[in-house]
Amino acid sequence: MQADLVVKNVVLNDKKGDLIVHQGKIKEFVPGGTERVQAEEEFDGQGFLLWPSLIDVHVHLREPGFEYKEDINSGLKAAIAGGFGQVMAMANTNPVNDSASVTEFMLEQARNFHPHGPFLHPIGALTKGLTGKELSPMAELAEAGCKAFSNDGLPVENNELFRRAVEYSSDLGLKVIDHCEDSYLSHEGLMNEGEVSAYLGLKGIPSVAETMQVARDILMAAYLDLPIHLAHISCRQSVELIAWAKQKSIPITAETCPHYLVWDETLVQGYNTLAKVNPPLRTKDDVLALQQAVREKVIDVLATDHAPHAQFEKDVPFAEAPNGISGLDTALSLCFGLVLDGVLSNDDLIRLFVQAPAEIFDLKANAFQEGDVADFFLFAPEAEWEVGPETMLSKGKNTPALGQKLRGQVMAHFLRGRLVFNRI
Amino acid sequence: MHWSHKDLLDVSQLSVEEIRHVFETARHFLEINRRPVKKVPTLKGKSVVLFFAEPSTRTKTSFDMAAKRLSADSFSLSKSGSSLLKGESLKDTALTLQAMRPDAIVVRHSFSGAAEFLAKNLYCTVINAGDGWHAHPTQALLDGFTLSQVWESFENREILILGDIAHSRVARSDIILLTKLGARVRLCAPRTLLPFDVKNWPVTLFTDLERACEGVDAIICLRLQLERQEAGLLPDLREYAQRYGLARKHLALAKDDVKIMHPGPMNRGVEISSELADGDRSLILDQVEAGVAVRMAVLYLYLARPGTQLHH
Ligand SMILES: [Zn+2]
Repeated sequence: MQADLVVKNVVLNDKKGDLIVHQGKIKEFVPGGTERVQAEEEFDGQGFLLWPSLIDVHVHLREPGFEYKEDINSGLKAAIAGGFGQVMAMANTNPVNDSASVTEFMLEQARNFHPHGPFLHPIGALTKGLTGKELSPMAELAEAGCKAFSNDGLPVENNELFRRAVEYSSDLGLKVIDHCEDSYLSHEGLMNEGEVSAYLGLKGIPSVAETMQVARDILMAAYLDLPIHLAHISCRQSVELIAWAKQKSIPITAETCPHYLVWDETLVQGYNTLAKVNPPLRTKDDVLALQQAVREKVIDVLATDHAPHAQFEKDVPFAEAPNGISGLDTALSLCFGLVLDGVLSNDDLIRLFVQAPAEIFDLKANAFQEGDVADFFLFAPEAEWEVGPETMLSKGKNTPALGQKLRGQVMAHFLRGRLVFNRI
Repeated sequence: MHWSHKDLLDVSQLSVEEIRHVFETARHFLEINRRPVKKVPTLKGKSVVLFFAEPSTRTKTSFDMAAKRLSADSFSLSKSGSSLLKGESLKDTALTLQAMRPDAIVVRHSFSGAAEFLAKNLYCTVINAGDGWHAHPTQALLDGFTLSQVWESFENREILILGDIAHSRVARSDIILLTKLGARVRLCAPRTLLPFDVKNWPVTLFTDLERACEGVDAIICLRLQLERQEAGLLPDLREYAQRYGLARKHLALAKDDVKIMHPGPMNRGVEISSELADGDRSLILDQVEAGVAVRMAVLYLYLARPGTQLHH
């Protein structure tokens, strides 16, 4: 058998063996190992687990416009080190990604700095300038390479315009990703509305600000019989609505983020700006509801909502701090912690981070079947690492995990059969 | 008593013993303030910056007078009047102030948590003179001190806090302090002006003022920010005044010697009738007097060198 690469002695689904890769594609995984293969390159995977490259459908890479927070180069570095082979980047850059030239610029930056991946898929603005007033030139954006449309960060209030956006994008075969937030209800809110906000004297963002919009989107998807993807779901009531919608076969898909699965509003105590994120960290009960929802496939996808900020921007009073948690470096380890705690299984993570995102947004995924793209990484489940400015590759060090020790780390990452990141 | 705190951010930091110690110290200063010569040299050579990023003549004057009566030098800095602050982050302003080596910074700011933020970034003492909706510890101390002047004990006392609780740092700090001292606290406001989730607060909630007044020993009226109506939290001020303004008819429901308080400045005829504000149950001017004494006590406890004796 011909092969460009063999990764030896690696564990896939509890079986130790050799992975054979040829011309950027998976050829075969041979349990027990193989002697008969003549490979140009051999890599020893002893002690590591074999994982398909993850897909993150919701990141903010900040370029163009806010390169001091993150640029495409640093964002993709963090992605590859975090286990992600593909990322979908939101449009709230400056200028906004509402024209082919911005999309093309982003793709070109990615190709220049990371010619062999990780791969960037821009998400086009749903409305011009994200102002919620006029549709953006969606066909032009699709042609330039956008894989979805979203007004993320600035929810569309106008239901008629939102309907037309869903209809128009369906003609292009692309989905709308909606940031579910009623901005009247959340106006000037700084954290989850509840016990902690009452104590700290901070204006709250009620969970109903999210669920109101989730309900709208479900009704809209049902009426139009067109799919809508719901971004960063954060609370129990949303989960219940989505479960109902799925029972009715309404074409709704949804994502949540690792931070909503592991942290709650109590992290804000002491006015901790690193825990300031939108939607806000909710209650313990919401965390439990989301954990159950990802297990039971009510929520389809995990996405980081990677939102890097510069340190000086978070080093201000709580009210002035920007929303966002830097997520690419820590997402897998935080979720692996849930596997170690028995909350999720490895299979759950692969479904949530690989299969479902690929299916919903029509991207290439690796299931280690012959002919699949050879996008995979070697994962050290025992490795322990401390989250800190040196260990994070993103420019954004803004995470409540800062200073925490996490378990599990990506040791080497291959895309299309080529080694693109190596920590060994 | 050895005073171990660096900053005064909220009354939740203080033990009951420490609160009583503040009262003891304030009682002493109250007496000094009633003498013809009101100045003592206790804090001579110390400097106190009054950093009021949100306007408040009353609290600022009270701190200023407290500092001066203790012979400390006080310097005022307001957000509007200072080029130091223009476009600068709070952290940079704080570091600039610290570089001038004051012994304490008294801060008033519209952001909840601003005082805590400064305290984390500064070596000198930070005294919170009100941060957002969060805390106003010296107001709570002066409210408690004022009541301690007329009551022997707070045990079994029923105290009603009336008005805009949701946006009130005074209410939050009063609740903590008064319950620590043993009183029971009731809150009364329309639902729109109560915090959304207070299930773990040690209070009883009322939306009906008459029921809230039954058998209370003291009523603390809060100032209504008139822009709450524009924000859609109230239909109109007249209706608010009728339903939640404290008036003579409510006194009949309370204890005979009920005390009436208000942190000021008052909207007469809105949250309190003019007649009650000036009446014999009112402690409103006592609160103002107590304010200077309590702030002297606070400055003294935080700034006097360990072992410094209080000179008469
Ligand atoms: Zn969003």
